[in-house]
Amino acid sequence: MEQGKPSPADPGPDREHLPREIDVALTVPPQRPIHLHPGYVLLVMAGGCFGASARYGLELLLPAPYGWPVPTLIINVFGAFLLGVLLEGLVRRGPDTGRRRFLRLLVGTGFMGAFTTYSSLSVDAMHLFDAGRGLVAFLYLGASLLLGTGAAFVGIWAAARQYRQPPGHDVDPLGLSRGQQ
Amino acid sequence: MTVLLLALAGGLGAGLRFMIDGLVRARFRTALPVGTILINVSGSVLLGFVTGLGALHCLTPTVALILGTGLLGGYTTFSTASVETVRLIQSRRTTLALINALGTMAAGVLAAFAGAGLALLL
Repeated sequence: MEQGKPSPADPGPDREHLPREIDVALTVPPQRPIHLHPGYVLLVMAGGCFGASARYGLELLLPAPYGWPVPTLIINVFGAFLLGVLLEGLVRRGPDTGRRRFLRLLVGTGFMGAFTTYSSLSVDAMHLFDAGRGLVAFLYLGASLLLGTGAAFVGIWAAARQYRQPPGHDVDPLGLSRGQQ
Repeated sequence: MTVLLLALAGGLGAGLRFMIDGLVRARFRTALPVGTILINVSGSVLLGFVTGLGALHCLTPTVALILGTGLLGGYTTFSTASVETVRLIQSRRTTLALINALGTMAAGVLAAFAGAGLALLL
């Protein structure tokens, strides 16, 4: 149900990028799907502008010793943690409507989505393989995978602890009684 | 000016990701997050291509930065991919979680090579 009308922050002069005709080969529901709603798309774009800028700034500031792509790794792992916190926190507060949806799209899909990046990860690894540094490339990929998944896991776990459900509802918030990781 | 364009390109990339992911989700209702996988792998091809063109001096460093760090950096995402892997683990779909994490990574690196190779061919 879409009720909460977002008041999209103005991301600047890029309103003309909104597609006018997208052919969805489905029976069109009475309400426009969220991802084709100009207001929501603009909201994601606004968050994305800031997320990409923050990543660029941090990449300039953080050191890259011996050609290790450490800045991207740090940004990605930190972003995965924060997105885990945000999404789990929102899910536990209630359904995806109004202010919660506004935050999810602006901060989650927009900012965190653009702050972290996958294309640089792939291309950095390619450069390392290309330079004959296969071991470093595998270490970089392995570290991204394990630390990224671990960080998202910790973020979700931390947020789940904050929002304890009534007793008996959810004893094992992560559904991991075996306690992996 | 470069930073402003980079920011706008990043926002545009994020908006495209939101729409494409939504369209893919509407069409393929699978447990595996195919939308994010498709976005990250296609973004890796494109960044490989942009990097290759930059190395060949077909693109100025500034344009490569705006397209690569801005547009494709905003389009692809690592945080969502990580959270989706955890969600698959949580729902006991360990095999799908592995496919999502390792498969995206392997496909992403191969895609980067493919994009860079394509730039060399042109």
